[in-house]
Amino acid sequence: MRMSGTEASVGKAGPATPSHREPRGGLRVALHATFKRDLTLLMRRCGEVFNPLVFFALVITLFPIGISPDPELLSTIAPGLLWVAALLAALLSLDSLFRGDYDDGSLEQLLLSPQPLAALALAKVAVHWLLTGLPLALMAPVLGIMLSLPAGSYLVLALSLALGSASLSLIGAIGAALTVGLSRGGVLLSLLVLPLYIPVLIFGAGAVQAAILGDGITAHLAILGALLAVALMFAPWAIAASLRISING
Amino acid sequence: MWAFIHKLGSPKWFYTISARLLPWFWAAAALLIAVGSIWGLAFAPADYQQGNSFRIIYVHVPAAFLAQSIFVAMAVSGLIFLVWKIKIADMAAAMMAPLGAAMTFIALFSGAVWGVPTWGTWWMWDARLTSMLILLFLYVGVIALRGAFSSRDSASRAASVLAMVGVINIPIIKYSVDWWYTLHQPATFSVTSRPAMPMEMWMPLLIMVLGFYCFFIALTLTRTRSEILRRESTKRWVRELAGEGG
Repeated sequence: MRMSGTEASVGKAGPATPSHREPRGGLRVALHATFKRDLTLLMRRCGEVFNPLVFFALVITLFPIGISPDPELLSTIAPGLLWVAALLAALLSLDSLFRGDYDDGSLEQLLLSPQPLAALALAKVAVHWLLTGLPLALMAPVLGIMLSLPAGSYLVLALSLALGSASLSLIGAIGAALTVGLSRGGVLLSLLVLPLYIPVLIFGAGAVQAAILGDGITAHLAILGALLAVALMFAPWAIAASLRISING
Repeated sequence: MWAFIHKLGSPKWFYTISARLLPWFWAAAALLIAVGSIWGLAFAPADYQQGNSFRIIYVHVPAAFLAQSIFVAMAVSGLIFLVWKIKIADMAAAMMAPLGAAMTFIALFSGAVWGVPTWGTWWMWDARLTSMLILLFLYVGVIALRGAFSSRDSASRAASVLAMVGVINIPIIKYSVDWWYTLHQPATFSVTSRPAMPMEMWMPLLIMVLGFYCFFIALTLTRTRSEILRRESTKRWVRELAGEGG
């Protein structure tokens, strides 16, 4: 937040009373509009918000059935299982990130707007995280109980997922932007994105593991935060460049 | 200097210049690989611990070197293509990708073959093996993305962006996999701290590495030349060339 006091108050007034200093086309207005538009669109299609959550629960159900219902065994593999399943659920929702906008042409309008595409893409990714990553993080502890995850690691699980899924959304959006122009981009998207997810998985699952073993978790969470910072720095440019390629092609 | 680079960027110039360089690189590659493999396989002393099975490093290490270098070369070519729109860079990147994937596979496969007598297993979730496997997936991703587009220009630019994203991620992946390995696996043996090699073992390895690099350059030049002919087949100079040949 680099807003000065007065600007912040104007910003709070929001779109209902149009900003006086930037009557039209200011970056903040554009960001706010993109954010609100995406949020509204996704909220109206509840299915798209709930599908990844249901998928997450389903995949977690498969593991005790496929491996063993033994709570002792489950509790040892639970951190990894929860993280991998959440990662796949987040991946599942990526394909629709730009798909609708690409099909109805509003993506082209975003490209034509005078505002930097990277910033607008960031707003879209933020919405994706808010309605996919965050709910997954909030839901994970419940599934953790079912996998008899040792007590004391639930908060860390939610926290690491919330932090990590922001990076997942940012990295995944690059892949989504690259494949949005392809009619059957779904499998290709996972092929492109999954190798790039590995660092986040390692430190995310590592944080939960460390919490269970009673080690310090700050190192893991700090590295997750660092990965997020790097992703925030580079990913918007890569997303913008990829969107331009997909639209022009 | 700049004029030279711009000339090199023109397919016709590149085609003529590379024709002069090509025989030297092929000769150097053949010579170095022949000397290195004969020296390494026949004359270098056997390892006191691993016996003769250590000799697989004369293929394994150069392949692993190339696997990583080619990805970086591909990303640099992608950057050159995206920034300066030099088509040659993209053609070279497109031609490098399968070679890089093949080298990664060779490194993994030779490592597995070496693992059987040494570790008693084909596969270990060792930090190095795992990051090589991820590198292979990154290569496959770049190749698949290039193949998925119907328009060549989009394919080139998308593959360049992905190669650059990948090259930023490779050190992060490598570091995190190292972390993961130390965290999850007890260090039963150390691959990283290899005992210092005696000169007679080390020299053929160096020669093999140089030979593999020459082979990579020669093969990439050759393949880029045929790609130039393919992509520029409607241009006059290519037609004249074909007319002279036929």
